[in-house]
Amino acid sequence: MKTVISLLALLFSTASLADDLRMQHAYPAEYRSECGSCHDPYPPGMLNKDDWANVMSRLDRHYGTDASLDDKTMADIARWLERNAGRRAGAQGKPPRFTTTTWFKREHREVPAKAWQDPRVKTPANCSGCHLNAAKGNYNEDQIRIPGQNRRLEDD
Amino acid sequence: MKKLIPLCALIFSPSLWAETPAQFIASYSAEAAKSQPGFVADAARGQAFASKRWGVSAKLANCIACHTDDPRQPGSHAVTGKTIAPLSPAVNPKRFSDSAKVEKWFKRNCREVVGRTCTAGEKADFIAFATGAR
Repeated sequence: MKTVISLLALLFSTASLADDLRMQHAYPAEYRSECGSCHDPYPPGMLNKDDWANVMSRLDRHYGTDASLDDKTMADIARWLERNAGRRAGAQGKPPRFTTTTWFKREHREVPAKAWQDPRVKTPANCSGCHLNAAKGNYNEDQIRIPGQNRRLEDD
Repeated sequence: MKKLIPLCALIFSPSLWAETPAQFIASYSAEAAKSQPGFVADAARGQAFASKRWGVSAKLANCIACHTDDPRQPGSHAVTGKTIAPLSPAVNPKRFSDSAKVEKWFKRNCREVVGRTCTAGEKADFIAFATGAR
């Protein structure tokens, strides 16, 4: 019975995540190597289709750096992002930043201001600063360690 | 004869054959020697190059802004905070083992930090610094 319950729980939780945010991903190798070497390979569900298109259309001016790719790699990654994009309202910023979304702010409302300034975190865009397995697309609650904080964040 | 074949290949097509740090240094040095006869890669010059502030990018002022001045230590991206694996092949054997990757990163980072493409001599010096060659 326990197995059935946990199986059911797993089914519902992954289904709702997949439907909504698509956090868990086997990232394509190109995405990991091209995007994931300067920053965490962000879950594609963090931005909607239009926002990703916006980001990918000007990689030469990518948040203050030049992240240009060859045409084929660019097209491959853009297609994958579009296919797996989120469906939420657009993010603010030029190019758009997922850290500006209502969803992102709500999910991180318990994180103390001090933690964001910790040199190990540096910026809210540094997922791995707290999400130990962000590089693998794992954002589970039990995989979070906030630098300088002993206590675990309470589950909602 | 067996030795001669890879040697010829190395001379005629450095990018295809240079897959170890020493081979990268050799092929970039050979290319540099075309315009600077007698060029020899130099780790100290590589370190000076890596530390030089180019005045192109405020946050990515020089190579060591992300890679640190010790190639054996992991770095941290100056903008995103992401951990960067050490440059030293002694600590991180994947470094300087794939010519496509090496060229990609020199291209991207040189444009970003130095504001132009790097010369073959600068690349040879940089790898000499990263490998700790003396």
